[in-house]
Amino acid sequence: MSFRIVVLAKQVPDTRNVGKDAMKADGTVNRSALPAIFNPEDLHALEQALSVKDRIEDAEVIILTMGPPRAAEVIREALYRGATSGYLITDRKFAGSDTLATSYAISLAVKKLEPHLVIAGRQAIDGDTAQVGPQVAEKLNIPQVTYCEEILEVKEDELVIKRRLERGIEIVKGKTPLLITVHSSAPQCRPRHAKLLMQYKHARTVSELVDETKDYTEMMTNKPYLRIEEWSVADLDADVQYLGLSGSPTKVKKIENVVLAHKDSVALTDEDKDIDYLMKELIDSHVIG
Amino acid sequence: MHNIFVYCEIEDGQVAEVSLELLTKGRKLANEINRKLEAVVIGHNLKGIEDQIFPYGVDVIHVADNSRLYPYLTLPHAEIIVNLFKQEEPEIAIFGATSVGRDLAPRVASSLKCGLTADCTSLVFGDHTENKTGKEYKNLLYQIRPAFGGNIIATIINPDTRPQMATVREGVMKKEIFNSTHKGEIKHVNVDTILKESHMAVEILERHIEKQKINIKSAPIIISGGYGVGSKENFDMLYELAEVLGGEVGASRAAVDAGFVDHARQVGQTGITVRPKLYIACGISGAVQHTAGMNESAKIISINNDPKAPINQIADYTIIGNVADIIPKMIKFYKKNTK
Repeated sequence: MSFRIVVLAKQVPDTRNVGKDAMKADGTVNRSALPAIFNPEDLHALEQALSVKDRIEDAEVIILTMGPPRAAEVIREALYRGATSGYLITDRKFAGSDTLATSYAISLAVKKLEPHLVIAGRQAIDGDTAQVGPQVAEKLNIPQVTYCEEILEVKEDELVIKRRLERGIEIVKGKTPLLITVHSSAPQCRPRHAKLLMQYKHARTVSELVDETKDYTEMMTNKPYLRIEEWSVADLDADVQYLGLSGSPTKVKKIENVVLAHKDSVALTDEDKDIDYLMKELIDSHVIG
Repeated sequence: MHNIFVYCEIEDGQVAEVSLELLTKGRKLANEINRKLEAVVIGHNLKGIEDQIFPYGVDVIHVADNSRLYPYLTLPHAEIIVNLFKQEEPEIAIFGATSVGRDLAPRVASSLKCGLTADCTSLVFGDHTENKTGKEYKNLLYQIRPAFGGNIIATIINPDTRPQMATVREGVMKKEIFNSTHKGEIKHVNVDTILKESHMAVEILERHIEKQKINIKSAPIIISGGYGVGSKENFDMLYELAEVLGGEVGASRAAVDAGFVDHARQVGQTGITVRPKLYIACGISGAVQHTAGMNESAKIISINNDPKAPINQIADYTIIGNVADIIPKMIKFYKKNTK
């Protein structure tokens, strides 16, 4: 059996470039105004998976994502960069899931795939919680290594991993099956490969095929690798009470739009007299000097 | 039962700063609802560790002392905490939002099937009425945190699961000794009955704890640059001002992402939280994810050519103009008028 790696990836709104239209009048986030991107640390995770695939014979990299139907975009992006196949977990019943309910759903999908290794980004930029990785590992009852900067060595049942911590580094050895979360200090993901882009640009999920005006029947029959599998609650044999709002112990009590408190401030220009005045004030009040 | 628990991180025999900050917060929360404050310490050679912990007003310390428990490893620590929490049924459990706390807390929460909120900036009690059922809850822990890249502030509650778990970053809460002669009870955890060989699946081969070379957290003065500084070269001016004033250089995420400065200098929600006596923000517009990490600075000066930059609203002084013109003038005046 080949060495199987599952990469967990999430499509996220690009919260780093929030423009004026990002918030609706009622204070909620206008997700449609934000571009949807491949979560940055998940790209680092994909690179670590691909680098393992480069180093050992007969390895496969499966990209797994959970989200609305359009999250299939993340799977295509991963295929263009070297992933071997992908699965999309999608169902309205997942809506409103917190990290615990999300981890439950993802862990069921991972179990079906029986990988040696699960690799995910440390955290997603829309929530910055870093919780889903460790929670999936716990649900799978396998060990975890978080904050990975690089997978240094790979053997069939053992990996050596460098971790990046606040005040230094740690080199650890772990046995498979293992879940790893990858830190932003890890190497950037390799770019799209032109050949793979040509090969996979027509990869579609079943839901996407329904919306296509072009007839894909023949293409999908001749090139079965273009079919992106979708998994619903029923496919995962999931217990709905552990999903969505009912499966989420955390509830959002209140959301506030951020408004900076105004305080009296002294307005100055860049003229010498203003700068001199400011510096004198700071020196006199012992803030500096 | 139903007390407030704080997980204390240990490094080289010292309780981490963040843990002491959380004990201080934990004491206040415990007083409000009339519960005990309990600390959990897991490591090796922990004799005397209580001397660092009791002064923060801790009533009970649970000590798990075993050679397999230091340095930190996920599975053994998680297993001990899960066992302890099942037995003690805490009302609230708080962890530092460090690489240890953020590795450990989710594993524990998943095992106990309870709610966890990461990187809280405020923890207060409040009531709640469930809309559908009309059920009322008293004294729930409101876990307040920025979300969505800092553009919203969310208040999260865990109505039905216990413990109510949260992580908090270093520097967010304030450390304060409760009573230097305070003493409580020490309870020893029987480690050998809990740990199994399977918990040792990950092995540490090598570890160098390097003191962070760049330490902006303890700097009394921070000269911080944003994307508006324009280039890596322009940052040299900030380093010069920092050197002259005896401070450190900080940066916004945009400046770090642009490659102007090292990540270790990043101030804000995904960087470091600072509260220096003087914070000079140069070319920083002031997105909330940045201001969340510096708005408690004693004095804030904003240098920006945009009079409408949001940071100006929290600044004590606003200088409208170019960073490259203004900083040399500041250096010049300071050199001329001191010593």
